[in-house]
Amino acid sequence: MGLPNASEDLSSEMEVDAFRRLFPLRYFERHLAESIRPDARSLSRARNTTISMGAVASADGSALAKIGSTTMLAAIKMEVMTPSLESPDEGCVSIDFHMPPICSPLVRPGRPAEAAPVVAKQLSDTISSSGMINLKELSLVGGKAAWMVYLDIYCLDADGALFDAALLSAVAAFSNLQIPTVSLDDGKIVMLPEEQKEENSEKEPVNKEKRKLTLGGIPFSLTCILHKNYILADPTSEEESIMETLVTVVLDSSNQLVSLYKPGGAVLAYTSAVQDCIALTRQRVKELHQILEEAISGMEID
Amino acid sequence: MEVDRADGRNPNQLRPLACSCSILHRAHGSASWSQGDTKVLAAVYGPKAGTKKNENPEKASIEVIWKPRTGQIGKPEKEYEIILKRTLQSICILTINPNTTTSVIIQLLPCAINAACAALVDAGIPMKHLAVAICCCSAESGYCILDPTKLEEQKMKGFAYLVFPNSILSVLPEGSSLVQGEPMEHGIITSVTHGAMSVDDYFHCLERGRAASAKLSDFLRRSLQSKLPGDLSKAE
Repeated sequence: MGLPNASEDLSSEMEVDAFRRLFPLRYFERHLAESIRPDARSLSRARNTTISMGAVASADGSALAKIGSTTMLAAIKMEVMTPSLESPDEGCVSIDFHMPPICSPLVRPGRPAEAAPVVAKQLSDTISSSGMINLKELSLVGGKAAWMVYLDIYCLDADGALFDAALLSAVAAFSNLQIPTVSLDDGKIVMLPEEQKEENSEKEPVNKEKRKLTLGGIPFSLTCILHKNYILADPTSEEESIMETLVTVVLDSSNQLVSLYKPGGAVLAYTSAVQDCIALTRQRVKELHQILEEAISGMEID
Repeated sequence: MEVDRADGRNPNQLRPLACSCSILHRAHGSASWSQGDTKVLAAVYGPKAGTKKNENPEKASIEVIWKPRTGQIGKPEKEYEIILKRTLQSICILTINPNTTTSVIIQLLPCAINAACAALVDAGIPMKHLAVAICCCSAESGYCILDPTKLEEQKMKGFAYLVFPNSILSVLPEGSSLVQGEPMEHGIITSVTHGAMSVDDYFHCLERGRAASAKLSDFLRRSLQSKLPGDLSKAE
């Protein structure tokens, strides 16, 4: 911003909130010089993360993930379909990411948010690259019937690090997924409702044993902001709007790099910065893995 | 390690490059860039007055429209638009023409970024430095190859699109400045990866990409320099 001298004079008289609105970059840089951020986090610490499973009772699998204030609700519905001719023994996963106007004052009805299709494509690339879902497991009758998995993620509150929260909620929803039982009825696959047990002895479920997906390498991600020489982990939306250079690193549990996404931005990333981001992500992967394990075991006790 | 690629190139070789500028008469700047059989056409219109609603009026804004040759505009196109827009925003000097919009219209990613840069130069938009884009892929056994064709891309374990700044050809004797112990052209502007690869493979790809970007920068410099005397005589 144009007037450094004016801000120096005014800063002693102005209120903190006014300074924050008028000179946001200088406000943040004052904090960064002391290695701290306005919400009292250190530069490499992420916000409080929670996962709660089974948030949507009518869905086959669902999860609500919160990173700080950013909230994502993921829900999975499964449908039987005929597989395509090129891959007759594979199912299909379709991922959709919605940003309804409730999530942010910048998103208005009728004008879809710019970030939504980008995050949706990033998510589907990441989930297919990581090999978490084995499409062959989704096949029911080779060549005739396979599962189509619809994963919908709704952003309920957009406060920075959208991709991280969306990926976390998607992974949690897949861990929570219970594949519905189906049976073969005159050559057609029919969904069996949960309650009928004794009467329908002729309708034997085709997949009684196999109710959960085996997940391969589970991907976890961390978004960092690069600003001059600083690397800030897990930005809020205010930080993202001021300092625009974002780097998202996705690692899976065996520390393979699934994705390194840096879509332009004024700051160039040198090898040392990339290595620092990857190191921060490794730590975060351990934290997130633990949080996910706790959420899964919490569900099983119920 | 002996690698057999379908067209007989060795792992570090790029496909033949061709670049031609000012091919569209109505556009303020245009360029067509081809690497082997992949060809991309980029057109630049601008700076035009006014910015879009949410953009900062203190700075110039860049708008990217990606038109696929066939089919409708869907999510992959929107993602490419945003990546391209952020890459170009980082290299253009935005404070020179505030409150204007420059539109860049593209009809395929690495090729598109190179074509867009050439078109921006052709239109005369002020920039900090040019960007060169390269694609590297990493195969199962860990070796990496550059500039793959579509078929090679699909067989690979993972690939990365990388964009580096153009190397500085300095007139002064002290050469390019070092930032954090590395020359300026080693910084990454943009990186988009697909497929899982180990962290070491990624750094390997980065090194190969940097070496190749030096070659691409030279090519870009040569083909744009040859345009200059001609432009002075263009009365538009």
